[in-house]
Order: sequence, then structure tokens, then C-alpha cells
Amino acid sequence: MTDGIEASRTAEPAALRAEFDRLIADDRRIEPRDWMPEAYRRTLIRQIAQHAHSEIIGMQPEGNWITRAPSLRRKAILIAKVQDEAGHGLYLYSAAETLGVDREELLGALHTGRQKYSSIFNYPTLSWADMGAIGWLVDGAAIMNQVPLCRCSYAPYGRAMIRICKEESFHQRQGFEILHTLSHGSPAQHEMAQDAVNRFWWPSLMMFGPPDESSAHTAQSTAWGIKRFGNDELRQRFVDMCVDQARVLDLDLPDPDLTWNDERGHYDFGAIDWAELNRVIRGDGPCNADRMARRVGAHEEGAWVREAAGAYAAKHPEHAGVAA
Amino acid sequence: MTGGERRGWPLWEVFVRARRGLSHLHVGSLHAPDAAMALRNARDVYTRRGEGVSIWVVPAAAITASSPDEKDPFFDPALDKIYRHPSFYDVPDGVSHL
Repeated sequence: MTDGIEASRTAEPAALRAEFDRLIADDRRIEPRDWMPEAYRRTLIRQIAQHAHSEIIGMQPEGNWITRAPSLRRKAILIAKVQDEAGHGLYLYSAAETLGVDREELLGALHTGRQKYSSIFNYPTLSWADMGAIGWLVDGAAIMNQVPLCRCSYAPYGRAMIRICKEESFHQRQGFEILHTLSHGSPAQHEMAQDAVNRFWWPSLMMFGPPDESSAHTAQSTAWGIKRFGNDELRQRFVDMCVDQARVLDLDLPDPDLTWNDERGHYDFGAIDWAELNRVIRGDGPCNADRMARRVGAHEEGAWVREAAGAYAAKHPEHAGVAA
Repeated sequence: MTGGERRGWPLWEVFVRARRGLSHLHVGSLHAPDAAMALRNARDVYTRRGEGVSIWVVPAAAITASSPDEKDPFFDPALDKIYRHPSFYDVPDGVSHL
């Protein structure tokens, strides 16, 4: 028995790679202690970390409106949603850690700008209606991206995504409800809802990433079973879904080129300003500096809490769970 | 916790019993300085929607695991005893409740 374990540890990388390739080809899952190519591991760390960072940075634009929510009901819902985002960040950091990086390393990479978060969170939330637009459009686009990730070849990522997707549907519905209420309220409220949709529509379409032909990672990630659909296909599905929902909301999508194409069976839509996306990714979005300053500040201001908890644990080794 | 721990707080694996009558299932992991904090954090992270009536937290370092290789000879003894499955046996027509 020990001989067998020894043998599998010292097996030729070629044999290990063949086993990995076989699992991928059979659409099976890779677990943390399985052998995996270094590039697969690096790609997943980059993607899961960026995803985790997006969840916790995503708490900021909405946290901005908690104290100014228009009713106790809306405030309670918004707090629950922002708490969910923190939870999603934790599920994802845990998944990334199974790949052999640690939490401090990941937070350090976020705080020093070595790892990114979704560019959508670099836009400001100027009115209460933005809470609606974020829920409906931003969370809607996130769900479209995330549902296929539940079947990601890397099992811990897939498991985290299943939990997240279950919780996201509440986020999208509460956003839709906010917009629906405003849109069918006073003319000023309707205008506020329309303004929020106008500002968040195009950045939401950019959330699906660059067109497939210029996407650096799509082909390899698809071959590895990390990615199941191309950026353009998911973006198209999102547009098709939103057109009908916008009708119910009685709001316009800010795109004069948006028309049904009978031949394709899809809506055609206007050209996306990729220069804007690249600008925001490079750091020139409206809120990049704010978001980072707030995140680093929260981490530094929370240091005493972490130190106190650590000091308490050191004083009470009987609570450590195992003999020290 | 014992040596070999990475920087920061130890890692805990979290198990949740969804309701009476079911066993605890692994749901994920988290970092915490001690068992009491691990339990509180597990409640906040993994049971925000009434997913459980009981939580276990276990230091990840305390878990001993078999090799990840599915073809591990460790599991060999289970593979060649097909007579352990009821489908191994022929049952004559007309026999019920067997």
C-alpha cells in the first residue's frame, strides 16, 4: 500500500498530465490535491482572486446608500445584500486558498494593485435608483457569467459558485423591484430610474469582457473547462433577456441601435466603447482611487480587532480546538 | 495549533447539519483565531438563510486524508467483491419481498 502511494508521488509528470487530461476530457472535476498543470493553477488563482476581490469591493458602491435608504424595509434588504457580498468574497477566497495561496497574499495583491477587481465597481452610485440598476443589471450580468461557472472543472470553485448563484437571484430581484417601484412612481422618480439605467447599461455589457477574438484567456480557459461559453454569447443572452424586462419596467435601454434581428433570432446592439473599459481597468475610472483607499483603510483600521482576537486566542489555548 | 501553520489565523473546515435526521455535511472553510470565533464566523458565513441547525468546526490541520488518487490501491479491496452488492445474485421469477 505504501509502495503504491510512493509510486503515485514519484510518477512521471507525463503520466500525471495524462490523468489530468483524461479527467478534463471526460468533463470530470479536479480536486485540490490532484496534480494539475502549473498554468491551470495560476489561471484559477488569478480568476478566483479577481472574483473574490470584486465581491468585497462591490460592497462599497451599495454600502454608500445604506444610511440613506428610503425606508426601513429597503435598508434591511440592502444591509442583507451587502452582507451577502462579504460572504461571497469569503467563499471565493477559501476556494483560491485550496490552490496553495494564502489569504494575506491575496489581500496584499489587491491592496497593491497587483490583482484587479471588476471594473464595474469603479463607477459611482449617484442616486438611490442606482441600487436598483446595480441589482438588476450588474447582478444580472454577474449571474449570466456565474451560472456556467457552477460547472467549472475546478471543483472548489464550482461549489462556491453554486452557493453564490443561489443567493444572487435575491439580489437581482430586489434591484428589479426598486426600479419598478421608481419607474411607476412620480415623474421625478421615473426620471431617476431612467438615469440610473442610462449610466449602468454600457458598463454592464462590458462586464462580459472583451470580444472573444481579442480575449487573451478565452481559448485556453475553455479547453480546461474553466469557461463554458464565450464572452460574446453570454453578452448576447444578457441583452436579449434585458430588452423584455425593460419593457415591464417601462424604461428605455440607452442604445438607438437596439433592434430585433429576425434572421439571427437575437437583438442587434450598438458598438461598445472598449477604450472606456481599458481606461477604467488601467485605473482612470471615476472611483478607482476612492475604492482602493477605502479598502486599504478598512483593512488597516481593522488591524486592532484582528490583533485583539489573536491575543485572546493565545491567552486561552483551551479554546483552540486541538491541543496546542 | 501545531507547527507548519501558514501565516495568519488557522484554517477551519465547517460542517453543517441541515435539519434533524441528517448528518453534518462539509460546506466550506474559514480562518479564525480560536474555536469559538470559528463557530460564530461559520454561522455568519454559511447559515445566513437557515441552512442549518447544528455546526461543527474542525481545525483543517487535524484532518488526516487518504491519497487523492482514485486508483489508489488503498481502495482496491472494495473493487473485487461484487458479491457485496444485491445485484450480484440471481432471483427466480415470481419471488417478491427479497
